[in-house]
Amino acid sequence: MRKWFKTGEPWIWMTAGAVALSLVLVYAVIALITVRGMVYFWPKPIIEASYQERDGTRSRLIGELRDREEVAVARLRAMGHDIATTETYTHRYLIKTGNKDVTGADFRWIPAPQLGEFSHPPEILAIERHQWGNFYGYLKTVREQGRVVATDAAALPEALRRQERAIRLFREALEIEKEPIGAVNHRLERLRLQERELQLEERLTEARRDEFARKRQALDAEYQIHQQRLNEVRRALERDSITVETMGGQVVEIPFAKIARLYQPNAMGLGQKIGFYAEKLWEFLSDDPREANTEGGIFPSIFGTVMMVLLMSVVVTPLGIMAAIYMHEYARQGPLIRTIRISVNNLAGVPSIVYGVFGLGFFVYVLGGSIDQLLFPEALPAPTYGSPGILWASLTLAILTLPVVIVATEEGLARVPRSIREGSLALGASKAETLWRTVLPMASPAMMTGLILAVSRAAGEVAPLMLVGVVKLAPSLPVDGNFPYLHLERQFMHLGFHIYDVGFQSPNVEASRPLVYATALLLVIIILGLNLLAIMLRNRLREKQRGLEGV
Amino acid sequence: MDHDISKAGGYTGWRMTKDRLFRSVMTFGGLSVLIAISLIFFYLASVVVPLFMPAQLERVRPLEIHGASGQTLHLAVEEQARIALRADDRGEVAFFALDSGQVLKREPLPLEAGGISAFAAGDPARRVFAYGLDDGRMLMVGAEYGVEFRDTADVLGKPERIITPTLVYPMGKAPVQVDVQGRALRQLSVQHDGERSAAAALTADGRILLLDHSVRTNPITGESRQESTVSPLPPLPGEVGQLLLSVWQNDLYVVHDGRFVSHYDIADKQAPRLTQTVAVAPEGETVTAAALLSGGISLILGTDRGNLSQWFLVRDEDNVKHLTAIRGFEPMPGPVRTIAPEHYRKVFLATSARGDVNLYHATAHRQLLSRSLGSSAMNVAAFAPRADVLLVQQEQGPLLTAAVLNDFPEVSFHSLWEKVWYEGYPEPEHVWQSSAAVSDFEPKLSLAPLTFGTLKAAFYAMLLAVPLAVMGAIFTAYFMSPRMRGLVKPSIEIMEALPTVILGFLAGLWLAPVIDRNLAGVLLAILMLPISFVITAFLWDLLPRALVERVRPGWQAALLIPVVIAVIYVALQLGKPIDIAFFDGSMARWIENDLGWSYEQRNSLVVGIAMGFAVIPYVFSISEDAVFSVPKHLTSGSLALGATPWQTLFYVVLLMASPGIFSAIMVGMGRAVGETMIVLMATGNTAIIDLSIFTGFRTLSANIGVEMREAAVGGTHYRLLFLSALVLFAFTFVVNTVAELVRHRLRERYKSL
Repeated sequence: MRKWFKTGEPWIWMTAGAVALSLVLVYAVIALITVRGMVYFWPKPIIEASYQERDGTRSRLIGELRDREEVAVARLRAMGHDIATTETYTHRYLIKTGNKDVTGADFRWIPAPQLGEFSHPPEILAIERHQWGNFYGYLKTVREQGRVVATDAAALPEALRRQERAIRLFREALEIEKEPIGAVNHRLERLRLQERELQLEERLTEARRDEFARKRQALDAEYQIHQQRLNEVRRALERDSITVETMGGQVVEIPFAKIARLYQPNAMGLGQKIGFYAEKLWEFLSDDPREANTEGGIFPSIFGTVMMVLLMSVVVTPLGIMAAIYMHEYARQGPLIRTIRISVNNLAGVPSIVYGVFGLGFFVYVLGGSIDQLLFPEALPAPTYGSPGILWASLTLAILTLPVVIVATEEGLARVPRSIREGSLALGASKAETLWRTVLPMASPAMMTGLILAVSRAAGEVAPLMLVGVVKLAPSLPVDGNFPYLHLERQFMHLGFHIYDVGFQSPNVEASRPLVYATALLLVIIILGLNLLAIMLRNRLREKQRGLEGV
Repeated sequence: MDHDISKAGGYTGWRMTKDRLFRSVMTFGGLSVLIAISLIFFYLASVVVPLFMPAQLERVRPLEIHGASGQTLHLAVEEQARIALRADDRGEVAFFALDSGQVLKREPLPLEAGGISAFAAGDPARRVFAYGLDDGRMLMVGAEYGVEFRDTADVLGKPERIITPTLVYPMGKAPVQVDVQGRALRQLSVQHDGERSAAAALTADGRILLLDHSVRTNPITGESRQESTVSPLPPLPGEVGQLLLSVWQNDLYVVHDGRFVSHYDIADKQAPRLTQTVAVAPEGETVTAAALLSGGISLILGTDRGNLSQWFLVRDEDNVKHLTAIRGFEPMPGPVRTIAPEHYRKVFLATSARGDVNLYHATAHRQLLSRSLGSSAMNVAAFAPRADVLLVQQEQGPLLTAAVLNDFPEVSFHSLWEKVWYEGYPEPEHVWQSSAAVSDFEPKLSLAPLTFGTLKAAFYAMLLAVPLAVMGAIFTAYFMSPRMRGLVKPSIEIMEALPTVILGFLAGLWLAPVIDRNLAGVLLAILMLPISFVITAFLWDLLPRALVERVRPGWQAALLIPVVIAVIYVALQLGKPIDIAFFDGSMARWIENDLGWSYEQRNSLVVGIAMGFAVIPYVFSISEDAVFSVPKHLTSGSLALGATPWQTLFYVVLLMASPGIFSAIMVGMGRAVGETMIVLMATGNTAIIDLSIFTGFRTLSANIGVEMREAAVGGTHYRLLFLSALVLFAFTFVVNTVAELVRHRLRERYKSL
């Protein structure tokens, strides 16, 4: 035995174990996110079971099974459950009972022994609502202005038909709110600023003041018209409703105005489920969030992330490449440039939050504050650029990712063989021509790699963004139909911050958790995809240059 | 390449110009980018530096108040520092403009022919003062400043502010009888708060009286009724000096017999109690000045030898309060004459009998300023509410005004890093508590718990990451078959790109509850994993050779993957019976209840695992490179001389690669120290100093993330957060540079071999 230890064999196995454990961890994390993220969109069956309350009475329970965990019977007994079993361990289920507005709580932990047989009645209706989360129950009647128009078996097709109409109206109301009314508000605000500007410059004459008042009146009138139309649509929307029986036997009336989707998950076939999955997935990618980000889609976050990354790329690419060309091609290679090179390299290891602090202090307060003083005095004291926004977030991340681009570009430049430069120079090309026509094109995949890595780093970074412009819920996108169309001063939403916010700041963590997994999966796919792309590009480049070395 | 073709004209000339242009654009652009990057450091530093600047008095000048007569007894300044007030010993109050000394309003007080025998000022923020008369009565006076905005806007569009000062009489315009026997009041202390006023007075025959006065207004009739009671206080030996009522009218401190301070508990004004008498100075030394700091909790005492000390009531275990010496300050050069506190911060000014003024911050234990303003003693001093203007009255000489530049007095080495005895705390402690609801709150700015939290997080993360990553790197680089290496290395390295917010989310919402439920199982798994590797190796060795040789060397890691999964599963299953048998069903609860340790669900173990996981790719990647690039002829030589693979690894490869591994650990350390999202999400973010693996912490970076947006721009808190950022920046930069240099040296060495 001792001799065996002396051969060192156990230690080799120990190191092998370290690799194995690391690999298991890596793939477990990826698998966890993938599985949990993918199942989010799948329609979950709804169970019905009888349940023994703590006071001994039996009642009906309807809901989705969310989780199951082992629990010591002693602990359950301590919590007041009367459990008749000799085992020391049993299970308990986390059941999403929905109906938050009726019962007050939408999740319940129920010990398994207290639950009767599960059944899956196909008639159970799941209702996704714009507020208060899901509702589960049995559809009783469909009503038009309080008058019953369909009951029992006829109710569901009727409800689905009217639901389509309601959704159309709901969209229309949303459109009116966003487009014409939003635009009028925007124009009113611009008018106010123009007037204020003239006032500050002391050029606001009586005549102009009257003109402003006239314009304002015209806009107000326009606003009234839109508002009236909105009210009409809303009234039409409130026409229909359904009544639903809850698990407690209560019959609740739900107007269609509050319903986002109606379905009977237990009655769905596989094809329908797949259709439902695709529909939910599309909603997730393309819709606005609902219910404090815990439901609906994440489109504004995707848009914000992409937009910020694009802006950042526009800034970081030329700057990074310029710095790299200077350092590699023009600077005198000595101890100084070596020190700078090491420093730039090390900046990549500086904690990202430090860049956030710099961005907030320098970009937002110093630069933004000065811009406001110079260009937007009419809006003061409300800040325009002097508060966190997408421009400052992009600039902050540009500085954060600058080292990545510089290092990658320099590496690319270093890999271009001497023979190629010398050939070009020998043919009479100037240094600029050599660089522009031969060296840079050859190094361009390396630059691309650097940019992709920078983008992937920026897409996943959250800490600095919390300081310089990300918010949990942005009222409008940084791009819209109102002049000047691109609003760089606006705050925006971001995938990574969305995960942090919904997972940790939301009032109902249990309800929002599946959505967070889905968002996390999307982010992982984007970032790992970008990284794989960068690796592929880099490998391609290396092979190409290996071929050239023989030239 | 220095052909002289630049003289050539035409196309070539244009090309040369273009070349030069390109060169200058690249040089200019490149240099600007590099300079811009270095700006980060200088900008952060420029925000931090003012924190450590000493306070300054500027524009010290005498101010002539027109038509002033008599001795100044009291000075006060209003919020905007435009108008000040002077009360004199003839019973006259004058409001004057601070810039010109021009008197705006002069008002004789309705003293009704009583001779002035005592004077007292209340808490400066409440703007009241009182005269004690020689017939046993007193008159309380308050100053009020009405603010109006005139509609004519100035250049910046801000309306002009007009301030109108008036005098009010909170206890009524007629003096109130304090001593029914009608003796003169020798000493006086007053406080006023809304409807309730209190006064303590020393009569000419040595009695101490407590007056409780309240005005009740009937909400329906609007009638107001005054009530006042006077209670005698237990007498004190020796000559009684200054009386000090606290602003909340709960405590009365009396300086007596030269060097003693007695404390009365007057929370119940009908039954005041003498609780204790404490000698506050050594024998032979006399207390010459005393004042309460803002908030009314701390007592600052100055003696005839120039010593200054801070005292407040500290509760012991039996909930009994004792007046305790908290700290002494840098002594004054001469006897202390006056002590003037600021309105809201824990700053006070002390003047000496020789004309010196010193400025101190009590909590920070810092002398902010020491300066002489001539040779005359000063008998009255007052700060403006925003502490930007100081007024002092020289005994022989004019009134002086000065602008005070003292924006960050709270910061000192003591307040940032040492244990500080805060008001109301039983003992000195490290506390980070940057904001509170009240304006005279004592900021608690110890960076020690945050720094400790940062190091604790890094320590637990490295505890997991270093063995796993370094050992993994050794195996991957040295033993693993090339085909498997081609799969393993990128799998681990790509994890570098995984956003930490995702790891933080998994750690906080998934891992933390799992560990909480299966604590025994998780700890068991950590213990069982290394043992199981050795056991597997031993069993492998016992297998028949023929079978063993079928598996090519370098695939051990693949064989161990099922072992790892199995061991983790078994350990988690075993954890449950263990929980039942030894820990009443749950180890976490057992630790909390039976051991009495504090236990948090989001604790260091969770962060250690999550952040360790985040750090593994960095450490793995660099150390793998270091091991892999050890020149092959060295290992072949060693093997050829008969060393086993393990001996070769241990004595040749590791020896050569150790600087690289060291540098990998440094880089990992830098990452762990600066990581924000994981610690923000996977711990409770409480700023405590505690080594236990079952509690959380608050790191510098998470603290910045949480508090930065809330901090007032340019304030102490804001700059302190910049200081934390600067510390993080400097630390990681240095660590990474050292790592880089070490690696560089290593590469050179490999090259020479």
